[in-house]
Amino acid sequence: MSNEMNVPTMASLFAEGKQPEVLFWVGCAGSFDDRAKKITKAFVKILNKANVSFAVLGTEESCTGDPAKRAGNEFLFQMQAVTNIEVLNAYEVKKVVTACPHCFNTLKNEYPGLGGTYDVVHHTQFLKQLLEEGRITMEGGKFKGKRITFHDPCYLGRANNVYEAPRDLIKKLDAELVEMKSCKTRGLCCGAGGAQMFKEPEPGTKDVNIERTEQALETKPDIIAAGCPFCNTMMTDGVKNKEKEDNIAVMDIAELIASADDL
Amino acid sequence: MEYIPQILFSIILIAGIGFFAQNVKKLSRNIKLGKDVKINDNKKQRWTNMAKIALGQTKMVVRPIAGFLHIIVYVGFIIINIEVLEIVIDGVFGTHRIGLSVLPVSIYGFLIGTFEILAVLVLISVVVFWIRRNIIKIKRFLSAEMTGWPKNDGNIILYFEVVLMCLFLIMNATDTSFQSLASGNIVSQFITPLFSGLSESTLHFIEQTAWWLHIVGILIFLNYLYYSKHLHILLAFPNTYFGKLTPKGQFKNLEAVTNEVKLMMDPDADPFAAPAEGVEETEPEKFGASDVTDLNWVQLLNSYTCTECGRCTSECPANQTGKKLSPRKIMMDTRDRLVEVGKNIDTNKGTFVPDGKQLLGDYITNEELWACTSCNACVQACPVSIDPLSIIMDMRQYLVMEESAAPPDLNNMMGNIENNGAPWPFNQQDRLNWSNES
Repeated sequence: MSNEMNVPTMASLFAEGKQPEVLFWVGCAGSFDDRAKKITKAFVKILNKANVSFAVLGTEESCTGDPAKRAGNEFLFQMQAVTNIEVLNAYEVKKVVTACPHCFNTLKNEYPGLGGTYDVVHHTQFLKQLLEEGRITMEGGKFKGKRITFHDPCYLGRANNVYEAPRDLIKKLDAELVEMKSCKTRGLCCGAGGAQMFKEPEPGTKDVNIERTEQALETKPDIIAAGCPFCNTMMTDGVKNKEKEDNIAVMDIAELIASADDL
Repeated sequence: MEYIPQILFSIILIAGIGFFAQNVKKLSRNIKLGKDVKINDNKKQRWTNMAKIALGQTKMVVRPIAGFLHIIVYVGFIIINIEVLEIVIDGVFGTHRIGLSVLPVSIYGFLIGTFEILAVLVLISVVVFWIRRNIIKIKRFLSAEMTGWPKNDGNIILYFEVVLMCLFLIMNATDTSFQSLASGNIVSQFITPLFSGLSESTLHFIEQTAWWLHIVGILIFLNYLYYSKHLHILLAFPNTYFGKLTPKGQFKNLEAVTNEVKLMMDPDADPFAAPAEGVEETEPEKFGASDVTDLNWVQLLNSYTCTECGRCTSECPANQTGKKLSPRKIMMDTRDRLVEVGKNIDTNKGTFVPDGKQLLGDYITNEELWACTSCNACVQACPVSIDPLSIIMDMRQYLVMEESAAPPDLNNMMGNIENNGAPWPFNQQDRLNWSNES
């Protein structure tokens, strides 16, 4: 297992006069959240192994503005967006990949109207493409026969109609993909969207992530797969709340693939 | 004297349609109280959506039982209403079953026979609907917002349909000349024996009464629509046409904000510059929505189209976990407030006199708005392309940008983004630290 990662920044490549194939937009969770950083690293290891020419913005990256916009602060959102777009356009970025569906949605759908038009893909779409192009290979030895249920992130699924890429990847691991009673277009939110991640929930009878975790547990999974750092946190908390963390892992698709390859 | 029924019929018909037309005018005026948005793109896609979603009921069948029953009632109601054409012609010209004089008996019989079968299917479906609402008590019909008028409204519509279908069948069963044709009386022949032993004139009287009640009932039902959730039978069509075509996750960027932001980012802009000559100084635009007139007309059309089926609410993660938010209530509140504003305009001769009320606070509370996860489950669930989420977001914008009334946690989060470029208090210079950690 190597822990060496090669993470070039746009600034360093630019200084060398190089342009990477794709910009990896890490996002705030992927940069700062301890759990999400593992997803970031897993994804980078896959990119390194596949020799994908990529770069990150590093300290030049800033929040896309998604949580501000969903909280109703359009000013802050647009300030963030315009600042980010200036950076992205200065580096002449064409293609962006991100492991966060919230960044993905905002960059893909809400930046074009403010002058930032890029080909934006979610990391599950990107990984699937690498697989199809033969740039990565997947063997599921480790996950063969494991029951894996996929939790659809709202901002990937309903918001952008991406349902199949993460599922196709899970199937490639020779795992048994089991669906929750609410999945795909009817997938239940983890409870973090719309800036809920950053506040206490309103009074109710239950937390949304507990409800969703219960749905996941009904499938008797070995692993709950996620494609979003916030969903990952919510589901991890839910599994802990049910005291199942010793038996059930919550893992990002990138982590599954990296782990299958012993990266 | 012999023309009296025809004259009476024509008067009732004109009055019924005229009164409805007047209410449609009001409806259209109320919808236009919303902000203007131009929707003239992707016409082909829009017509396709209308054909699929409204005409084709594709989203209804996501829930198979309700969807199937709904299609029967919908198809039945549309097709049986072809019969209304004959009734109107007969009524105005004093004829009896004009269809028989223009169509061969076999074709006429086939048509009426089809109507009769559909009438029975509609009756069965409507009874099942009633049982679902009143006996099985399906959860989505029992929410807090479904008491009082909304509950009664749902049942009244079902009673209307039962009465209209029964009148249609009785009318056919007691029409001796129609029964003697023995063509098309596929259902009514079994009802005829119920009236055996009655004299020819009594039968004729019952037939005539059923005929009159049927057409008067239809006209009353038509006029009931304006006061009811049942408007969806008409508005589902424009509503699906004007429905959102962009990805569900794409929220519109506020143009007024874009202008301000551009000005702030422009190093050459002079913040103290006088407005250019010829440009009238306008009042700064209000951000977000606190009342129905701050919403756009599509959102207001949405509110009139809502038939309170509650699929949105039953899919809502906040509602499922006991929070106050119910997307259906957001739509009902918007419509109720709009109706109130409309009545205010009517009583004040065409102008709105402030009534000290607004949508925010008097109808929709902050608590409901802040419970939303923006997951789009409600938007996905709506069988007629209503977007409750857009209203929630517009109202959040008002709360945050006009009233600075965000929950403290969110203010912290936004402060962090402003200062550090992340929703947490981490330094932007540390963004790449993960790459050096093992």
